[in-house]
Amino acid sequence: MAARALGWLTVLALIAGLGAAFGWAPREAVQGNVQRIMYLHVPAVLTAYLAFALVFVGSVGYLLTRRAGWDRLALAAAEPGVLFTGITIASGSIWGKPTWGTWWTWDARLTSTAVLFLVYVGYLLLRGMVDEPDRRARAAAVVGILGAANIPIVHFSVKWWRALHQPSTILGPEPSPIAAPIAAALLINWIAFTLLFAYLLAKRMEIAQLEDTHAG
Amino acid sequence: MVQAEHLRKTYGRTAVLDDVSLDLGAGEGLTLLGPNGTGKTTLLRIVATLLRPTSGLLRVAGADAVKEPEAVRGAIDMVGHGSWVYEDLTALENLRFWAVMGGHDAGEARLRAALEEVELDASADQRARTFSAGMKRRLALARVLLGRARLLLLDEPFTGLDRAGRKWLGEFLLSFKARGGALVVATHSFDAGVGVADRVAILAGGRIVLDRPAADLGLEDLRRVYDELAMGPGTAS
Amino acid sequence: MSVYVRRAWMVVWKDVLAERRSKESLNALVFFSLLLLFVFQFALGPERARVEAALPGLLWLGFILSGLLAFGRAFLIERENDCWEGLVLTPGDKSAIYLGKLAGNVLVMIVVEVVLLVLFAVFFAIDFTPFLLGLAAVLALGTLGLASVGTLFGAVTAQMRARELLFPVLLLPAVVPVLLASVSATQTVLAGEPLAEAAAWLKLLAAADLVYLVVGVLTFEFVLEG
Repeated sequence: MAARALGWLTVLALIAGLGAAFGWAPREAVQGNVQRIMYLHVPAVLTAYLAFALVFVGSVGYLLTRRAGWDRLALAAAEPGVLFTGITIASGSIWGKPTWGTWWTWDARLTSTAVLFLVYVGYLLLRGMVDEPDRRARAAAVVGILGAANIPIVHFSVKWWRALHQPSTILGPEPSPIAAPIAAALLINWIAFTLLFAYLLAKRMEIAQLEDTHAG
Repeated sequence: MVQAEHLRKTYGRTAVLDDVSLDLGAGEGLTLLGPNGTGKTTLLRIVATLLRPTSGLLRVAGADAVKEPEAVRGAIDMVGHGSWVYEDLTALENLRFWAVMGGHDAGEARLRAALEEVELDASADQRARTFSAGMKRRLALARVLLGRARLLLLDEPFTGLDRAGRKWLGEFLLSFKARGGALVVATHSFDAGVGVADRVAILAGGRIVLDRPAADLGLEDLRRVYDELAMGPGTAS
Repeated sequence: MSVYVRRAWMVVWKDVLAERRSKESLNALVFFSLLLLFVFQFALGPERARVEAALPGLLWLGFILSGLLAFGRAFLIERENDCWEGLVLTPGDKSAIYLGKLAGNVLVMIVVEVVLLVLFAVFFAIDFTPFLLGLAAVLALGTLGLASVGTLFGAVTAQMRARELLFPVLLLPAVVPVLLASVSATQTVLAGEPLAEAAAWLKLLAAADLVYLVVGVLTFEFVLEG
């Protein structure tokens, strides 16, 4: 019942987000319509970070309590987390093509997101390699904890590495002074993505629980 | 020493152990009989805190084996399928390693004395790679001698030993018991396993189908019961 | 000497002894380094300037590839004769075993790194002597970072199927910061600049090492349970 309500709320929020992104928010002066991809890109990356934070919480929770619920939380957060980092990278690429003239550039933000993507794809691969639930949960938890602890280190190392090799002439996806309607449209989309994530998380946990009770 | 109540271990939908209850006093010897694949090793590994039961209660050496495995680990020792022997270390070096890891006295005199007790003193400085299975098991038993275990778990200890080796091992286990240690010997070989037991339990299909003092049953009775109950899983009704 | 340190030391002692007798890993690793050198040479061509420009990256590529092989093997010895069980049943803090294994891995890496540096010096006629001090600092911090994650993930994957594939897939993205920082700092050092120029990178490496070590020490007991 609650999940259903959350589902509908998510749909409404996503529609509102689309409206805000394409109708209400003005065309950005410098970049034109291309800038609108930011309404996808920024909420996606923020949601991904939220997801990986939850993977961390679930991992620590499992190691401390050994309750399967925590492991289900970690799994249910990791999958959408990978999805949202994927969206971040893809949308960044699509934005990069008209803006920088190339699909991929080793921009600091894109690169560190790509590294996170690889870390958590590895996490999901690892989960696929172990059948015994407790062993799988423990191994995954260790990787999940290290992965999360690594996020700030990855972030800084990539940022400094970019600064070293190419002083920041390239602007990040966000133009610096954000106009109020743009900020509001971002906020709406961010809320919509968080709701979407919460819905996916709840559903995935439900499925994982069914898997645990029926197949093991 | 071991109190197990309604232990259950499942992998997916298959139950390897189903409602296993056991009560083993200090200094008591239990032989766990059963054909291969009936959950003997699983039960032994659960008692050793190497595996967690899916459900049920387990106290070993007075501590909850699931909640405080560390307390259990100080009181038990194990000789499993593998003998915890590093092939490229000598017998003496192997002993020294496990003595230090277990927090025991690792003085060379003491190590050599333990090797002498298991009749490996002549091979003390040879690499374990050259040892037979029986010698490796003796080396594992020397390791047991160094510790202060009050409960010793053995998984198929008689396998691969010749007649003299079985006899020797039987005597070793009796002397361990005589010093007040409790034993659980899991074995599928009927003859070798019963000699050291105060109690015999038969495990079939993940359940304990018989648990009696060894004295209550004549050897012939027991053999008949074992053959009937355990040798043909499914026929045990 | 406390029991904890004695246990950690025992793990190093045992692994070094076994390795010295079996020579299973080190011989092959040294030979592997030599092969890498040829691969680099063929990939880059004979032009000396290209080798020099790529040198910091090549060095760390060599280290990390050798590390992937070495770390992935470190726990295999424990699978023989169920020694792993014995380690689990060892009373006391299991992180002593992690630190012992880590020290062993660092030792192996030091040998490999020295060999690779000598090979580079000989085959590419590069004189490392003026940079040795700075290089040692970068190598020490970078190696500790690689090995602390490598030891932990090596233990995580030791009992898994497709271990030899899974291990690099997990380790490589996780050590990207170590790689970036080490290569950049090595570049600074080999350019003849003072070590202070690379201070930011060295601090990042030290911070990363600390984080990885703490995670390794805290989580290892859960990994060991097998």
